[in-house]
Amino acid sequence: MLTKRVIPCLDVMDGRVVKGINFVNLRDAGDPVELAAAYDAAGADEVVFLDITATHEGRATTIKMAAHASEELRIPYTVGGGFRDLEGIRTMIAAGADKVSLNSAAVRDPALITAAAALFGTQAILCAVDAKRASGGRDKWTVYLNGGRIDTGMDAVGWAAEAARRGAGEILLTSMDRDGSKDGFDLALTRAAARTVDIPVIASGGVGVLEHFAEGIMEGEADAVLAASVFHFGELSVRQVKEYLASCGIPVRLD
Amino acid sequence: MFVVVDYCKGNLRSVQKGLERAGCDARVSASPADINNAEAIVLPGVGSFTDASETMCASGQMDAIRSRVADGVPFLGICLGLQLLFDWGDEGAPAGSRSEGLGVLPGHCRRIDALDAAGRAHKVPHVGWNQVRFSHTLREGLSAGDHAGQGAALLLAGIEDGSNFYFTHSYQCVPAQEADICATTDHATGFPSVVARGSAFGVQFHPEKSSHKGLMVLQNFVNLARRM
Repeated sequence: MLTKRVIPCLDVMDGRVVKGINFVNLRDAGDPVELAAAYDAAGADEVVFLDITATHEGRATTIKMAAHASEELRIPYTVGGGFRDLEGIRTMIAAGADKVSLNSAAVRDPALITAAAALFGTQAILCAVDAKRASGGRDKWTVYLNGGRIDTGMDAVGWAAEAARRGAGEILLTSMDRDGSKDGFDLALTRAAARTVDIPVIASGGVGVLEHFAEGIMEGEADAVLAASVFHFGELSVRQVKEYLASCGIPVRLD
Repeated sequence: MFVVVDYCKGNLRSVQKGLERAGCDARVSASPADINNAEAIVLPGVGSFTDASETMCASGQMDAIRSRVADGVPFLGICLGLQLLFDWGDEGAPAGSRSEGLGVLPGHCRRIDALDAAGRAHKVPHVGWNQVRFSHTLREGLSAGDHAGQGAALLLAGIEDGSNFYFTHSYQCVPAQEADICATTDHATGFPSVVARGSAFGVQFHPEKSSHKGLMVLQNFVNLARRM
């Protein structure tokens, strides 16, 4: 049986790991490849590097980091953030990234998903959806861009389904309401997406305690769970999370 | 020299690095001449069956690999590389047509079923870590003379039945001969995850992305290739 994946996410700026609390007040948590290798050794199933670098020089550093990661890691890794076109995707995959995660660029030009999937395979293309609950609306979410600053008005679950139709291999679904809150995943959002799309959904945003990981899978019906700060600051270890999931009867890789 | 066959669809550094960790001199090359001189051949899995088939036929890699495998040169196909061991596949081919594979193993490749036998939906692509379960052929391997199981028993030496490996694929092989199947994995209707015949091996998972167990498989391949 396919196991449920536990994925540490590393926010990277200018070659260093940071993690925002609701995307501000960044704190430095170290060297990304070194941290990722430690997660690999601790049993992480994959890692995601999310590049939040804004500058051209910073981007070159991220490409170097991706190449370094392909030397050091023995598990798959994704690089997300900062993609504008096919050329940028090609550069990152050529540097060694197993997958790229597309966000704003895909919203602005959905055909980019189709083109990238045709060139590099659906398995290499993740679509990241940053969703925020519509005000007053129960169980309705819209897609946000630029780290939660721009509301596109697009239905988040509908967009995830379109991304899947266009060839995305997985959906990385982040609740902007929960991100950094430690209140747990937005389970209704996760479940709505997981039931709508026929590709894997990675739940993200809001993990604070062990129970949240299990809820994301059992109630949110996610195929994988992603977290950042609880791992970086040593509040929880990857192994501890996987052992807890196993104790809940969730299939995980512990060997 | 071990040759990692480059058909120009992606980064092969992690495969090369995995082989280097296993202590061998691995060269990434697109050249049929290098294939002709290789001590062992590794065909990684990048892109679609049709893309790879066309590139390999046009470059002369297809014929070079066929001839070396026929001579008994150790071969490991990874993911799409496993699928290319078979006669044909239809991934990426125009509707109703087929693309040729190496034809080392009889059989073909097709899309993974979206439903299992009980009608439950399974996600495709099959992405993530799943268990590799030894087949009867493999379990009988060491007593089965020179049958597929013996080599595969060496390839999987030290790996426990049911170990997890990393998969990412939408297509699977359908071997014509049961005896070529050394291990299977459950997803939808299930699929062969390790195949072997003589000195040719295929793994549907990515050993170079399967942490320490994956590296053990690459190490086993390097060891058995050196003994052959």
